[in-house]
Amino acid sequence: MNMPTDQAALDALIRQRLDEILPQKLEELKAAKTPSMTIIATKGTLDWAYPPFILASTAAALGWNVSIFFTFYGLNLLKKDISDLKVSPLGNPGMPMKMPFGPGWFKGINWNIPNLIQAGIPGFESMATMLMKQTIKNNGVADIPELRSLSIEAGVNMIGCQMTVDLFGFTRDDFIPEVKEYCGAATFLPMAQQADVSLYM
Amino acid sequence: MNFDKELDAKGLNCPLPILRAKKALAEMTSGQVLRIMATDPGSVKDFAAFAKQTGNELLSTAEKGKEYEFFIKRK
Repeated sequence: MNMPTDQAALDALIRQRLDEILPQKLEELKAAKTPSMTIIATKGTLDWAYPPFILASTAAALGWNVSIFFTFYGLNLLKKDISDLKVSPLGNPGMPMKMPFGPGWFKGINWNIPNLIQAGIPGFESMATMLMKQTIKNNGVADIPELRSLSIEAGVNMIGCQMTVDLFGFTRDDFIPEVKEYCGAATFLPMAQQADVSLYM
Repeated sequence: MNFDKELDAKGLNCPLPILRAKKALAEMTSGQVLRIMATDPGSVKDFAAFAKQTGNELLSTAEKGKEYEFFIKRK
């Protein structure tokens, strides 16, 4: 009865071969796989429109499969006209308030305007938005409509949250026709599960 | 260095130089060389990473004052 010994020897041999072959095989499988990314975009302001569109368009340029799930205020980014997105420094201590024109010393000043004054001046938000748009232009940063069309052109899947469409009283006609589908959490999660990178913004 | 197409990405900031380069490469044929001029300091690392990920070969990177010059060979 030398059967158990044979079995043990065989197991040891298989284990040894697996250790040798498996790492290379896994590398090959990894290299052959197209990377993928899913993003949840939840904000609808000019500043927060940048992260999803920058990362999505860049990932697509790298050859990745990309989907963005737009939910809550993020749904604003799928509207037909997004040239009127706004940014507010009110209650946002992280946002520098600098002037995009004038001599260097003037541009360097950080205008620390108290919230109470910001809230009290009519049109303050529009002014801040105008200043930020000028800063974006001065720095050769793309505007949001351009980044969105570049993303679409590069094949990024735009997905709308159906629940938010209903909740905020939108109709599908409010959004660009390039929106691939409208769905819910149960559709998005399996996509995120398969993705190599999944980000919430 | 000889090249088949040129892309002026001067004054453009992240991620536009990469996106424009991707577009330009897509219109070229395998083996052709694209010359890119940029001013974004971040583009040095970005083009290296772009080449590595996409398999297009980054033939050279050069800094000329405040400008950067890249040569990329299409896969």
